[in-house]
Amino acid sequence: MSAIRAGWIITLRDLQHWVRQPAMPIFGIAFTIMLLLMFAFLFGGAIEIPGGGADYIGFLLPGVFTLTMLFGLENTMAAMSEDSKRGVTDRFRSMPIPSSSIVLGRAGADLLYSALSLAVLMGGGLLLGWRVETGLGQAVLAAALLLWLRFALLWLGIFLGLTFRGAGATMAIQVLVWPIGFLSSVFVSTETMPAWLGAVTQWNPVSITATAARELFGNPTGVTAGLLSTHAVLLAVVVPLAITLVFLPLSARAYRGLGK
Amino acid sequence: MDHSLIATGLRKRFGQTRALDGFDLRVAPGTVHGLLGPNGAGKSTAVRVLTTLTRLEEGTATIAGIDVRRDPAGVRSRIGLVGQAAAVDEILGGEQNLVMFGRLFGLAKRAARARASQLLEQFDLAEVGSKPVSSYSGGMRRRLDIAASLILSPSVLFLDEPTTGLDPRGRNEVWRAVRQASAAGTTVLLTTQYLEEADQLADQISVMSAGRVIADGTPDSLKSDLGADVVSVVVSDPGRLAEAAGLLGRVAGAEASVDKDARAASTRATTGSAAMVEAIRALDAAGIELDDVSLRRPTLDEVFLTLTDTDTNTKETR
Ligand SMILES: Nc1ncnc2c1ncn2[C@@H]1O[C@H](COP(=O)(O)OP(=O)(O)OP(=O)(O)O)[C@@H](O)[C@H]1O
Ligand SMILES: [Mg+2]
Repeated sequence: MSAIRAGWIITLRDLQHWVRQPAMPIFGIAFTIMLLLMFAFLFGGAIEIPGGGADYIGFLLPGVFTLTMLFGLENTMAAMSEDSKRGVTDRFRSMPIPSSSIVLGRAGADLLYSALSLAVLMGGGLLLGWRVETGLGQAVLAAALLLWLRFALLWLGIFLGLTFRGAGATMAIQVLVWPIGFLSSVFVSTETMPAWLGAVTQWNPVSITATAARELFGNPTGVTAGLLSTHAVLLAVVVPLAITLVFLPLSARAYRGLGK
Repeated sequence: MDHSLIATGLRKRFGQTRALDGFDLRVAPGTVHGLLGPNGAGKSTAVRVLTTLTRLEEGTATIAGIDVRRDPAGVRSRIGLVGQAAAVDEILGGEQNLVMFGRLFGLAKRAARARASQLLEQFDLAEVGSKPVSSYSGGMRRRLDIAASLILSPSVLFLDEPTTGLDPRGRNEVWRAVRQASAAGTTVLLTTQYLEEADQLADQISVMSAGRVIADGTPDSLKSDLGADVVSVVVSDPGRLAEAAGLLGRVAGAEASVDKDARAASTRATTGSAAMVEAIRALDAAGIELDDVSLRRPTLDEVFLTLTDTDTNTKETR
């Protein structure tokens, strides 16, 4: 059996999970929407965007899209460590299927879920007054870059899930994604932060992808100077690629380590 | 006769721990083979190495004639594995689980469904087939686990401590499932810490300790290989128990053990009934009154303890 076919059957298993327990995906997405509404209405009036005028919603939405990609990391990690703890991974490994199919199945399910979340958030954004100011082609490219970041984080999640299997490890990541998410340009422009903090946070991969998405959607980027203002899209291709190049081999190694 | 499973000189180390240290095993086709050993004996490691989950360091192993190291994919298509943890999806229903695993085994959608309902029927799960596995009892979960590993009718089914943590009812259900699998012609290798389980299910038993097999045989031959029957007496007056034990020991030529609560003294005697008659005479002559006298075969527990004790003792003196 081909790895793709076996991977797809394993992906279907996650889709069946959503049908069986719809509360999980629904609450996951509802949570991001709540965050979106909170920032849009609670802080929206008080936050200024350098070079962006008063369009905070336009600035915020691509940021929240990016944040959703980051939050997906916990799903990947939790699912991976749960399966290997329960012995489900061992059952798959004892079956006559290519070993890559297990990871492909995970990748398929997580990318589908993130794509679905993205679609729901975009719909919600349009209702709130967010607009794509460019064209369809660029909007599609923006969505592709967002999922490209999600793809890179997939390997990080698989690596973490296979390496740290205790319940504590998943908790640690659930806590850690918050500072990583907030210390970025998701909610506020890094140019309004203290200089030293802005210098660090603008290189957060989340900031890079958010800025590229804003640029492609034609929304205010909040970035007026520096490399990021001229090459955001290129950086949003390169940085996730670098993450993938580091963590894909590492997760493959962690996977082989299961057989040591 | 070609064996379904042949393992020779298997070795596997985890750091300083020798989980397998010269492990040998032969399993005849169609039999249920029990691998018996205490915690940490290396049972799971043996199963994991034989099912290609863990890489083998030294030694050779073939399953249904296929070399584990040279053709792991070939081995995987001939085996079923029920690991120490029940490896089924908790959120899906029993039927969904079986259909998913069936499709991964290469069955088409319709064939996978047909096989799933057949197995649900066979393992008494048809009624709960659509309920999520998280609502199943331990015994039901285990049976589903076993059903999932029988989808392709494997040549060899591995079961790693399938009844650990189950209540007596769940245990009986799983025993029935194992017997069914065996009756259908599958060769079974079953690890357990419970002697009763090996006694109930296994045609052959290998006793394992510290990474090696230290004794082989049928449950009966293991019991009689240790030879000696057990003679025990129960005294009426607890005050004379020690004296009775002394006499019993002298007659049998072996030390007698004492159970104070039961007022019983017992000893191994190679001469069986003759020793018992002599013991009764000696005790009578000493004026020790008896409530009960018995002669019996040793239990498998006693065999097991004797074997593992001598194994550790010889190790220590080496
Ligand atoms: N992945 C591992 N890493 C390190 N040590 C291990 C690993 N797996 C097993 N061991 C060690 O190898 C020895 C044999 O373990 P194994 O799990 O095979 O025993 P077992 O007979 O299955 O025991 P139990 O009845 O508790 O399941 C033990 O000392 C155990 O601690
Ligand atoms: Mg074990």
